[in-house]
Amino acid sequence: MQHALLAGLLAAVACGIVGTYVVVRRITYIAGGIAHCVLGGIGAALYLQRVCGWTFIRPLHGAVVAALLAAMIIGLVSLRAKQREDTVIGALWAVGMAAGVLFIARTPGYSQDLMSYLFGNILMVTAEDLWLIAALDVLVVAVALLFYNQFQAICFDEEFARVRGIPVEFYYLLLLALIALTVVLLVSVVGIVMVIALLTLPVAVAGYFARRLWQMMVLAIGFSILFTTAGLAVSYQPDLPAGATVIILAGAVYLLVTIASRLLRRRGG
Amino acid sequence: MTEPVITLRDLSFFYDGLEVLQDVNLDVASGDFVSLVGPNGGGKTTLLKLVLGLLVPTSGEVRVFGQSPVRARRRIGYMPQHAQVDPRFPMSVLDVVLMGRLGKAPMAGPYRGADHAAARRALGEVDLEPLRQRPFSSLSGGQRQRIFIARALAAEPELLLLDEPTANLDVHMESEFYELLWCLNRRLTIVLVSHDLGFVSQFVKSVVCVKRRVVVHPTSEITGEIIQELYGGDVRMVRHDHRCAERGHEWPNS
Repeated sequence: MQHALLAGLLAAVACGIVGTYVVVRRITYIAGGIAHCVLGGIGAALYLQRVCGWTFIRPLHGAVVAALLAAMIIGLVSLRAKQREDTVIGALWAVGMAAGVLFIARTPGYSQDLMSYLFGNILMVTAEDLWLIAALDVLVVAVALLFYNQFQAICFDEEFARVRGIPVEFYYLLLLALIALTVVLLVSVVGIVMVIALLTLPVAVAGYFARRLWQMMVLAIGFSILFTTAGLAVSYQPDLPAGATVIILAGAVYLLVTIASRLLRRRGG
Repeated sequence: MTEPVITLRDLSFFYDGLEVLQDVNLDVASGDFVSLVGPNGGGKTTLLKLVLGLLVPTSGEVRVFGQSPVRARRRIGYMPQHAQVDPRFPMSVLDVVLMGRLGKAPMAGPYRGADHAAARRALGEVDLEPLRQRPFSSLSGGQRQRIFIARALAAEPELLLLDEPTANLDVHMESEFYELLWCLNRRLTIVLVSHDLGFVSQFVKSVVCVKRRVVVHPTSEITGEIIQELYGGDVRMVRHDHRCAERGHEWPNS
């Protein structure tokens, strides 16, 4: 339980910062594609570990490699061939998952774990995982904040950033790499299928209150922490799936805030 | 004789096998105020993007300040077409203007004091310094256009390029906007893309007609026939006589 809480808190920090970039740059779909490719990496890692006897490989390692690989492929496609971007992301999305399902099917004794990768099992986080999660978290947060001005510029007005001499392609790929690593952090909390929700819902709620990008990040971190800890707490006693509880909570809060903001605006105007 | 700010030599540009620009030769002198006019799809924006180095010519040469466009970018202020940005993006007015400092500010980490000073100076030039803490999303269309000018000015450019800067403005805001540019032209070379020839010719010094080929006219020569030839029909002509505001504008840098 302690591991779970720590993993949730660490993921929340990266999630709030990187999720903000995802939402304002409107690349949720790309984040979704990367997330689903992670299953391919996890499956391959399990296969190598169990069938080929490479015992030093952990599922999280496979997830990191697959996420980064998917991010680079999607990034290069979206930079080079704009008109077919969604097709390629959709294809990668499905092929990544299919590869994962095949690997896991061929790995003896692991089929039942498929569910926990898809829908998350934060209570399974080990001490070893936690170290890797912490290291990734520090890396992601440091890079995301160090190049805050550059990322803000390419999200707001890419062409202007290019004219000002910013290497736009480089920063776009760097941003996708950060998204990939954040996705891996979140997969251990809520699972592959629900990553997009945790990446975007806290930011969407924060968007109702924030006037500047960094405020959006700070608020989104706050809401992520709130949703993950509250979700864990609520799910613990009745033994509900923690990831799903977190997402339902986040979705409910987003819905309430949206309705409240509509009502306030109607009364105000 | 000073060197021209922009030189285009035998320039052609093809997009998807279609010739957008053909054999373009053009010099823009220092201190000029040029309007690129012409029909939609005539190649105005393409010409601007070639000067910025965002596009590469199929053949021919582009020189800006005697350098390649990419190397000259530091000396160019640019205002892209209005529609490209998300007006709900969570940024303050000052955040938007500070973007103009990229390329001069450090490669990583926060902006320096000098960047903030330049951004506030630029905001002062468009008379919107008091709004610097306001959310960008709360501004009117005319104010946003001025903020984009300030963002271009924050780079402390010698050449200002604007792409359809008045596309979303009403006639009153449009005239105010051109007065601002007219005053900025005292120290900057300005090239803008416009769809509205009659109105613009009150303010600019030369008009460049872009319709695959390029023809330069001094403003005094703009006649009904030229307009007819360019657009193939009647065009809105607006009389507009007064130029700078009565009290004048203040120029801390000039």
